[in-house]
Amino acid sequence: MQPASTWTPDQPIVALRDVHKSFGSFEVLKGIDLEVMKGEVICIIGPSGSGKSTLVRTINGLTPVTSGSVTVEGQEVHDAKLDKLALRRKVGIVFQQYNLFPHRTVLDNIMMAPLLVLREKRDDVEERARALLAKVKLIDKEDAYPAELSGGQQQRVAIARSLCMRPDVMLFDEVTAALDPETVKEVLVTIKELASDGMTCVLVTHEMGFAREISDRVYFTDHGRIVESGPPDAIFECPQDPRTREFLSKVL
Amino acid sequence: MTRTMSVTALSRITWRAPALTAVLCLASLTVAAQGTDGTRVSALSTLVVWIPFILKGFLLNLIMSILAMAIATVAGVILGFMQISPSVILRVPAKLFTQLFRNSPWLVILFAIMLLLPFQVTLPGGDKILIPDWVKATVGFALPVMANIAEILRGAVLSIPSGQWESAESLAFSRRQTLRYIILPQCIRRMLPPWMNWYALLMLMTPMAAILGVNEALGNTQAAMEAAGSHPEFLIPFYLFLMTIFFVFIYPISIYTRRLERRFSAGS
Amino acid sequence: MLDLFAPFFQRLYETTGVNFTPFYDPYDWGRLLEGMWVSVKLILAVIAVSMVIGVVGAGAQTSKLRIVRFLVAAYIEIFRNTPPIVQLLFFYFGLGAITPRVDMGGWYEPIIGSFGWAVIALGIFGGSYNVEIFRSGVDAVPETTKEAADALGFSDFKIFAYITLPLAFRFSLPALTNNVISLAKTSSLAYVIAVPEITYTLSNIWSDSVNVPEMMVLLFLYYIVLVAVIAWLMGWLERKLALPGYGQ
Repeated sequence: MQPASTWTPDQPIVALRDVHKSFGSFEVLKGIDLEVMKGEVICIIGPSGSGKSTLVRTINGLTPVTSGSVTVEGQEVHDAKLDKLALRRKVGIVFQQYNLFPHRTVLDNIMMAPLLVLREKRDDVEERARALLAKVKLIDKEDAYPAELSGGQQQRVAIARSLCMRPDVMLFDEVTAALDPETVKEVLVTIKELASDGMTCVLVTHEMGFAREISDRVYFTDHGRIVESGPPDAIFECPQDPRTREFLSKVL
Repeated sequence: MTRTMSVTALSRITWRAPALTAVLCLASLTVAAQGTDGTRVSALSTLVVWIPFILKGFLLNLIMSILAMAIATVAGVILGFMQISPSVILRVPAKLFTQLFRNSPWLVILFAIMLLLPFQVTLPGGDKILIPDWVKATVGFALPVMANIAEILRGAVLSIPSGQWESAESLAFSRRQTLRYIILPQCIRRMLPPWMNWYALLMLMTPMAAILGVNEALGNTQAAMEAAGSHPEFLIPFYLFLMTIFFVFIYPISIYTRRLERRFSAGS
Repeated sequence: MLDLFAPFFQRLYETTGVNFTPFYDPYDWGRLLEGMWVSVKLILAVIAVSMVIGVVGAGAQTSKLRIVRFLVAAYIEIFRNTPPIVQLLFFYFGLGAITPRVDMGGWYEPIIGSFGWAVIALGIFGGSYNVEIFRSGVDAVPETTKEAADALGFSDFKIFAYITLPLAFRFSLPALTNNVISLAKTSSLAYVIAVPEITYTLSNIWSDSVNVPEMMVLLFLYYIVLVAVIAWLMGWLERKLALPGYGQ
């Protein structure tokens, strides 16, 4: 049993301190310091290969760190004695490739984890799942199979699936990068609603306009380091670092 | 213009081809036999007399193949799980075992089982039970198929995209739960066509048991030819008949397997 | 060469009863080497025949004549859906009975011996799989690539020789490797028509010297090493022919 957490909402809900990550001899993260307060929306932007995805994956323990500390609500993520179940309940993640389970219906996809992992009662889970489906505006697709849906629809189901575990933090790893332009907007609208409902969100994204619109802080990464961070207006209007300026000039 | 024929067109055409060939061979040899041999022994009429006997042997081939497939499937699935286990003490011996039986010829494995297994077993109570040759042969056939089914399982699990494992892990599924609810259900579809393929192959290997004295279809065919006087003009019709009964049984399985493969790859 | 390890194996037999006769008895040693050599010859010949049949058959499948495509399809279906051991017996005993005999000066020898029939039968059996493998390889060559060659003025034959064939061969390699290994193992079936390859030879030794387990070990070892060598060779071929950046 884990000792009762001493975390209080005035402390960061997610904190990375001097995080290093190497794959073999290749160092991807070279000392990351990052804090997220409860209810904040953070966007991480930067060129490909700068370590953004790896960074986000260390938060829910998918990618172990080589050194440094990653804490969620005060709990060290990469502690061997950690109750993984508790962590995964608190942190939800949505991937670029949606990764829905193709052999189950949309509703099943959303209900499976709370039923089998959390062992909640079926009626409760079903009610919550339907509510979430309504929220992402896909209630009429509850009996469809993932392959019958468009990319944007599948991504929204993926978001609902993660939300059904009632996490405290949601991670989004370039969730619109694999979508057709027409479907990108519907996913962004869903995320925006989620953020305005008060969910703590960490997004890795290329959608600069969206990042500017919804984030409280923007972090720019390059070659495994956080080069610059600040409120979106500051970063996008007057970036301080030349690398930030160069990147933004290419993408805006 | 497409050069490849549709599956149904192909099956209609090629169904006729071997049947036609067999009938022609039998007919021509009957005519030839009538002309040359003074005693007017007709290969075709002799064959007809022995058909029930040969078919009785074929029944044993069927039994051996079904039993062997059952044993191989159960053992192969277990072996396959051992191969994907994170525990080294399970994985390494399983891999070695699988490689041994995949890389050895069926005939050699059959010999090994037939000659090295005892022909009777003494139970703890003191009773002796005889292990018939065909039972040993069945085990001998099961072993290579078991290794290949283990490989099929391993291949199917590996072919599931890593994203499925990651999202299951992120939703706090344990490894066992992930395998049971997410990975394996998706594997079953992929495993079915190769599994059926191996059954067909297994069935086609069962006549090897004749080498070791089992009285199945091939053994009975050879015995029949001997009993009817060992005339050389029997050889072609008798062996052709034997090939035909296997063909009649295996070909539909083969076609159905191909259709399944097509359907599973075209679907989601 | 036998003198190097003969004393060891002789002592092994005398002390533990583990009897590897080919390693201390010169006659059995000769038999073992002969068996291995015949087996290698057989496998190489069978592979060669099956490759030739495979290429010819794949080419014949693209023929404009319906009867040719029909015959190739029939050939494939017959030899893939009947037991190889029966095919072997059919060829040797059935067709062998009606092949002409050669006057050897007093007695008559059939023109094709057991080795020959084994090569023919197993080559035809293996060829039936190769036709499918090569056809898949040819089908995998993208239509657009061939169209581009056509637009550049390549003739049909040149497209086949310079574009289709090299690519098709590379695409076929994995399946071809599997089939070659499978054929090498199936060659042991030549035992039933008394071809003196390794299985037959060792079975003679174990019935003479009653050392079945030891000879079984040798037999398994032989095939495991053989398959490993073939797999390594084919892997080397695959790597040598690999196109940079392709098929990640």
